[in-house]
Amino acid sequence: MTRHLINILMSGVFHAAILFLVSAGLQVVFGVQKIFNLACGSFYALGAYVGVSAVGAFVAAGGPPALFIIPLIAAGLLVGLVGVVVERGLLRFVYDRDETFQLLLTFALVLMMEDLIRMTWGTAPQSTAGLYLVYGQARLLDATVPVYNLIVIAASLAIALAIGWLLTRTAFGRIMRASADNREMAEALGVDMRSVYARVFTLGTALGTLGGALVIPATAAMSEMGIELIVEAFAVVVIGGLGSMRGAFVGALVVGVLRALAIAVYPELEMLLIYLIVIAVLLLRPRGLFGSAVA
Amino acid sequence: MTGRLVLAVVALILLVLPLLASAYHVLLMLPFMAYAVVLLGLNLLFGYTGLVSFGHALFIGLGAYAGAFITTHTPIRSLEVILLAAAVAGAIVAAVVGALCVRYVKIYFGMLTLAFGMVFYTFLLKFYRLTGGDEGMRVLRPTLLGLDLSAMPKTDYLIGPYYYYSLAVLAVATLCMWRIVHSPFGLCLRTVRDNPAKAEALGLSVTRYRWRAFVISAVYAAAGGALLGPPTGNVDPTLAYWTQSGNIVFMTLLGGFASFFGPMLGAFVFIFLQDTVMSVVPYWRLVFGAILAFVVIFAPGGLMGLFARPAPAHASDGR
Repeated sequence: MTRHLINILMSGVFHAAILFLVSAGLQVVFGVQKIFNLACGSFYALGAYVGVSAVGAFVAAGGPPALFIIPLIAAGLLVGLVGVVVERGLLRFVYDRDETFQLLLTFALVLMMEDLIRMTWGTAPQSTAGLYLVYGQARLLDATVPVYNLIVIAASLAIALAIGWLLTRTAFGRIMRASADNREMAEALGVDMRSVYARVFTLGTALGTLGGALVIPATAAMSEMGIELIVEAFAVVVIGGLGSMRGAFVGALVVGVLRALAIAVYPELEMLLIYLIVIAVLLLRPRGLFGSAVA
Repeated sequence: MTGRLVLAVVALILLVLPLLASAYHVLLMLPFMAYAVVLLGLNLLFGYTGLVSFGHALFIGLGAYAGAFITTHTPIRSLEVILLAAAVAGAIVAAVVGALCVRYVKIYFGMLTLAFGMVFYTFLLKFYRLTGGDEGMRVLRPTLLGLDLSAMPKTDYLIGPYYYYSLAVLAVATLCMWRIVHSPFGLCLRTVRDNPAKAEALGLSVTRYRWRAFVISAVYAAAGGALLGPPTGNVDPTLAYWTQSGNIVFMTLLGGFASFFGPMLGAFVFIFLQDTVMSVVPYWRLVFGAILAFVVIFAPGGLMGLFARPAPAHASDGR
């Protein structure tokens, strides 16, 4: 019984760790730029594919399998630089438009990136064969949990703390919060909004791509993974409250663990339960659990 | 005046099309007409009321599955009954969903509709004993106006009677919507869109008007959804997926949401261009994503906006 429960819980928390990264990317962008970025799921998919390729190249070049996590993380972070291209090349044209247009532009990105991924990597799922259990399994009470999952959970926690530190303890974090609060005032005080937006969007993108890279030793990369994850990340940010980092953290835990529970207890309910919670939250507390806090 | 002339020419072309065009292109007209009905409704909400739904695929799916359910689980085959049932189902679901959604506007309205759409999608996907799961359900050939046409070869049935039936439904739907948007009710919707505070001060109940527009648009979407099933003979949950909701908003924007006929033009261009692109490369999403990005950035008025002399006043900021 305990073993069963711990298995469910740990797989839920692992999923939550990944969801948190993608949702955090969604939140920084929404918090500062007020754009709900549907494409953050596509960045997640991109990170996953690039991660598979990077690890594949690393192993093919004779790198020790135990170190595969280094090229994986490096690739996940580096490919986040596409954020600059997207922000400078597309998004900056619609900052003064209605949010409908901003949303549709990110939907255009979703469409384009799905096919770009198919063109580059083909339609067959890609995976890093056999590296998932390279770090072995850990015993937790009665249950066995892959050590890799624990590493990802720890990494996600570390990133959550790092984001908190960035937002509250650094000059850039203060600028981000100021821009989120009052863009005109921040600009009047001499903040170069172009560079803030470019950096914020790149940060958001990199969080998504890193999430994608970290997930692939556990699951194969597929071209639909982006559009599937975005609706989960959407649930996370709505439950937690749009633009709030603490909200993303709590929301990811709620969605990750509940989903794992639902799959174990009554699989038909899986995402249905999550969306019903989303609707309940939107109706009862539209700002989400932590909605009043900004960025 | 030129508008009426264009309309008459288009109507004439649509009437004689099955005699002139290849069967393949006539078959492509069927989803076009179904989506045109859907978009007439969606644009009442988007263009005229200023609410962008990201969950209207729910009602398309509802209408399509209503047809599948009726033809496979009951002896009823009449398309009139199916359309009526789809419309009623759409209205009932929209009455509840709408009552909850119209309390919000902008991004929150979009998110709520998206969430409801995903609830229905996961329901279709997971309750496979009722809905067939990801394989979907079969739609048996419906009778048209009481005529049993089951002996006809499938293509003949679709490019003949079914084509004209769809066209008639589209014509009726267009006329009704034209009356709606040009009625005092339609004017009230525009007031609600442009200045909700003023509308409220004038004694209009803003939420009630939004709710009514939501229900009407859902009825249209469900009826259009019911028309989508018979041509393929099959419905599946992707009809209700969130990307489908995105695609119909895309069609509306492509044609021009500020114009009555814009969304229909958008549906036409979307479907035929998709077919053309896919006959060359399988990557239609890449091409369409680029088109959507272009429209959003450079031509927010859509294709109709290019013809219209001045850009519609609210096209630039969407309100």
